[in-house]
Order: sequence, then structure tokens, then C-alpha cells
Amino acid sequence: MHNIMVNNQTMAVADNSTISQLITLAGFADQAIAVAVNGEFVPKAQYGQTTLSHNDAVDIVKPIGGG
Amino acid sequence: MNTSTDLLKLYDETFNSRFLLGTALYRNPEEMSAAIKASGSQFITLSLRQQNPAKNDGDAFWQMIKNTGCKLLPNTAGCKSAKEAINLAEMSRELFETSWIKLEVIGDDYNLQPDPFELVIAATQLIKRGFKVLPYCTDDLVLCLRLIDAGCEVLMPWGAPIGTGRGLMNKYHLKSLRERLPTTPLIIDAGLGSPSQAAEALELGFDAVLLNTAVAKADDPVLMAHAFSLAIQAGRSAYLAGLMQRRQTASPSTPILGQPFWHQQSS
Repeated sequence: MHNIMVNNQTMAVADNSTISQLITLAGFADQAIAVAVNGEFVPKAQYGQTTLSHNDAVDIVKPIGGG
Repeated sequence: MNTSTDLLKLYDETFNSRFLLGTALYRNPEEMSAAIKASGSQFITLSLRQQNPAKNDGDAFWQMIKNTGCKLLPNTAGCKSAKEAINLAEMSRELFETSWIKLEVIGDDYNLQPDPFELVIAATQLIKRGFKVLPYCTDDLVLCLRLIDAGCEVLMPWGAPIGTGRGLMNKYHLKSLRERLPTTPLIIDAGLGSPSQAAEALELGFDAVLLNTAVAKADDPVLMAHAFSLAIQAGRSAYLAGLMQRRQTASPSTPILGQPFWHQQSS
């Protein structure tokens, strides 16, 4: 296990966890989301093969109202 | 004026409405939807934000937005560097399935003034990546020229700082922009507080307005959305009709010739 930051909160994930697995673990499966790791956009097509490293900062964002 | 022939053209698309409306700050999503409908807007802004997994409420807001049937204009609100804005734009393009982006790069937290240097860097990169960029910018003419050089086909200069409701703060600069950029669609974005201010923007020849707070924070957002819609139509019609020249001195509108009684004045 190692720790990563998900939306500024610490989360423990198994070694070699992918973004796909994180999305399910964090409760965002089947929702309209977009993801960045360490400030860099990760396309949906890469969720399955992008593994997370210790101290990675993951942003999972959803639609909200904006002006 | 037949509005079906007076269309707003932005990049390669046309719109009947010249009113772009934000989706933030409403008391509830139902009120937002009703205000959008009353506004007649065809183009609405929205954003992306983190959500705490523990407070995840599903896709309710997103479904309501989709149900409006409006074209979506995601923003990069809150970004403070070109890098942040570019990444958020990419996330928006994927999630909202649109290459249109309202590009915001904020340079100062006090007045939320755009950072002109980062804005040009971000606009240049995003246009190279195929985005249709609508930059939220100041009324600085040289900045606007640089954004056009970068490939922006639409500019969105501020009327006043976001959320202030102060209207068109610098009419000299705004009029200069309109005169120097006669063929570039210009949308007044931010700072409008009342329908009369929106009408004034259209009277000056600006092509459209984008606002949020003035509608969402009204006592009756639905009625205010309708009021802005009427004012925007009135301002546009007035611009097309051609405003009279202002005069320093009075000039009677009723003919002097044939004025009765004037000869009866005692000498």
C-alpha cells in the first residue's frame, strides 16, 4: 500500500493501482468526471494503464455551475 | 428588427441570442434551469471542480445542464497560470465533448483581473490544440491585438471586475476596442449588474454579453433573466437603428415655423 492525495485528501491505495481502480475505490465509477495527475490531464483512454505512485496528487473533477 | 436575420456569429456557429448566461450562484438547480429558459440564452457557461468523495452527489447537476439543451461553454475559472488553464481546458473538452473554452487566467485575487501574459500563452497553445478560445480579458487594446494574433476569433473584455455589478467602467477603452476591432466579435464579460448596463453595451456595438451574478443573485432570477433578455434585444436594435448625435445645446423637436402667439408678445 502507499498513500496518494485525491482531491487534497490522503488515500491509501494498493501498489500498482491504476486510475480506473482509484475511480471505483473513491466512489466515482460511472460518473461524469475528468482526471489529472500531478497537474497533468490524463485522457479517459489511459485510465486503465496509468498506475499511481507514492505521493501522487490526483484531481478528480465534476461539472459544477460556473460563470 | 427581425432577429432571425441578425445572428451572432462566433467562430463557425451562429446564435439567435446575444445573451450568454452563467450557471453558478443560483439558490437551487431548478431556479437555474428556469432562469436559463427565461433568458432565451443558447450558450451557457459552467465549470469543473473537485468533489469530496464523501459528499459525492452523483450527476444530478450535470443531467440538469444537459436537459437545458443549450450549447456549453466551459470555463477555466480560478486558474492562475497558462499550464493550469491548459490542463483544465483539456479536462473540459473531454468531459463536455466540446472544444469551446472560456479561457480565464486570473492574475490578481483582489479584482480577479486577467493575467495578460499567461492569457496569451494559454490562448496560443490551446488554439494550436484545436480549441475555440473565448478569452476573458481586460479592455487593453494591445492585449486584445495579441490575442487575435494568437488565433482568437472572439474576445471577451470585462465591463468591470467579476461580481461587482458596476457596469461599463472604462467606456473610452471599450469604445476604442470596438472602433479598432470592427470585425471581431466582442462580448462584454463580467461586471454587469443591471439590464440597462447590458443595453448600453449593445448600444455601443458590442456583439453580446455574458453575465451570471446579476441574474443569479436577483430576488427573482427568472424575472431578471427575462429583463436582461429584453434589454439586450433593445440595445442591439438601438445600435442597428443608429443613435442620434449628442448635442451640447437644446434643439426643439417641434417645428418653430407656425408657432402661434409668438407675435403677440408685447415689445
